[in-house]
Amino acid sequence: MSSNEWPLWEVFIRSKQGLSHKHVGSLRAADAENAINNARDVYTRRSEGISIWVVESKLISASDPKEADSLFDPADTKIYRHPTFYEVPDGVLHM
Amino acid sequence: MKDINIEEKEREFQAKIDADIKIEPNDWMPAEYRKTLIRQISQHAHSEVVGMLPEGNWITRAPNLRRKAVLLAKVQDEAGHGLYLYSAAETLGSDREASIDDMHAGIAKYSSIFNYPTLSWADMGMIGWLVDGAAISNQVPLCRCSYGPYARAMVRVCKEESFHQRQGYEIATTLANGTPEQKAMAQESFNRWWWPALMMFGPTDAASKHSALSMKWKIKRVSNDELRQQFVNVTVPQAELIGLTIPDPDLNWNEEKQGYDFGTINWEEFNQVVQGNGPCNKERLDARRQAKENGMWVREAALAHAEKRKAKMAS
Amino acid sequence: MNKQEAILEYTLRIADDSLLLGHRISEWCGHGPILEEDIALTNIALDLIGQATNFFDYAAKVQGEGKTCDDLAFLRLEREYKNVLLVEQKNGHFGDTIARQFFFDVFRKLFFESLSKSTDQDLAAIAEKSLKETRYHLKHSSEWIIRLGDGTQESHDKIQGSVDYLWKFTDELFFMDQVDELLIKENIAVDLTALKANWKSYISEIFQEATLNIPTNGWQQAGGRKGLHSEHMGYALAELQYMQRAYPNMQW
Repeated sequence: MSSNEWPLWEVFIRSKQGLSHKHVGSLRAADAENAINNARDVYTRRSEGISIWVVESKLISASDPKEADSLFDPADTKIYRHPTFYEVPDGVLHM
Repeated sequence: MKDINIEEKEREFQAKIDADIKIEPNDWMPAEYRKTLIRQISQHAHSEVVGMLPEGNWITRAPNLRRKAVLLAKVQDEAGHGLYLYSAAETLGSDREASIDDMHAGIAKYSSIFNYPTLSWADMGMIGWLVDGAAISNQVPLCRCSYGPYARAMVRVCKEESFHQRQGYEIATTLANGTPEQKAMAQESFNRWWWPALMMFGPTDAASKHSALSMKWKIKRVSNDELRQQFVNVTVPQAELIGLTIPDPDLNWNEEKQGYDFGTINWEEFNQVVQGNGPCNKERLDARRQAKENGMWVREAALAHAEKRKAKMAS
Repeated sequence: MNKQEAILEYTLRIADDSLLLGHRISEWCGHGPILEEDIALTNIALDLIGQATNFFDYAAKVQGEGKTCDDLAFLRLEREYKNVLLVEQKNGHFGDTIARQFFFDVFRKLFFESLSKSTDQDLAAIAEKSLKETRYHLKHSSEWIIRLGDGTQESHDKIQGSVDYLWKFTDELFFMDQVDELLIKENIAVDLTALKANWKSYISEIFQEATLNIPTNGWQQAGGRKGLHSEHMGYALAELQYMQRAYPNMQW
């Protein structure tokens, strides 16, 4: 029944110059051109963007939520990576 | 051993929900949570898409160019909302076309309100004001729903919907302030839409079969009856302000509960319309089925062309 | 005919083309071949209705009788509408709609490019704004012509059929009479004969990629620019004008 279903694409929009593209959702399209046009019509109807990226959803690799502990928790204890970890004598400005 | 594992996972899952931590697509979730969400989100998406039809019925007959443009933009938004929602449902592994086929086969439902006909221009006002108003009351709490992609889609939907209700009320106000003919048109339309709008909040809490679990999982955050009451409380003064009469002899302000008491909803009518016996159930489904069937060769052609191009690029 | 009358007539022709095509495309809303395309078509309808509004506003100003854009859009008789026959043709299937749109878009892009240089500041400004929209419409319709032409055998045959059928309405896009002649002298109107070669060559280029043939039969239909329409027009106007005719002189 769904043999003629168009592939799913993820859409990323840059809302204005100076900002990164941000994921906004997905849509169906037959090809990349069609995906960009559709993204323009679906996701920028209220001037939400000035640039569009599309990528077929199946091409995205994602980290596994089950591994989130081992991937991301170790960074939590490395507080020395943040400037607030260090004390600076009073009177030092702009550091 | 395995059961303990699942129980443990369920406990962790519920703890996250209780702590208002959003669930994201690849996170573990109970099968029933996934199923409930897919059902609710697709149903919501189908409603947006079927919801294009009653208003679409007046696009070519809109009374002036401004109204025509506004109505087009509004119905287009509904297509967009349908798309955001299908997109959210697809993150749960639901296949959009398959779920649309379920709707066409009558297995999946959509909001019954769209099985009522649009018989006058005033209906464009009432749909925007009452139907979208009721939809917004339903949808605002969904922006805090526990499932991330659904909540995010709803934030976008709600932002866009606010213009819908205003344009509807503007149409109603214009008619109510217009000629006697226009006033009568507004009141007649209001009479037809008032009760179906109240039905949009679904069965009473006592009769609602899905509510308890949905509340626990924060898929649903406010009960049907509470939402209905809120809607009546805000809408009655809006109607009075423009001189429309609520078609309910039992409507009374209740000082104690600081809200309106209102008459009993005709649940027999509600059930009949849900079961397919409303005035336009067949027309709505036929129109959607036809659109899909008539579009088949177009979708096939686009895919075939994409394949040809890929092959050409590769060689 | 004086200059003012000529500008009024000229502007109404442009406005009516946008209005009728916008009306037709708006009929797709809720019935498109896929949700994404439904949204795309509605955007095109919105652009066309917007263009019609701008041109009618200007026409009303030129006319100077205190009429509004809505009076002009909704309250004329069929013979007073001056759109080409092409834009009032029924939607048919998606291929018919795309072929109609494509022929029109190619023309409109070239037309607005020239009109944006008109010495009439209002026409030039509206053309400039409309040109941006039209470029997108043309991109959309060109891509679809190629997809359908070079898609499946079925889609190829269908879109070739649409092209063959609609070809007889394309010459009228280049219709000119004393209105044009008078305004071309003032550098207000566009000399349409100058656009035709580019129109044809763009179409040939896209058709080549789409594996489509330009019809060999050159027999043409015309009449819309003089107010003589097809049978479809009366029904289109019956819907368009319904509210204004049934409830005259009211605010909506």
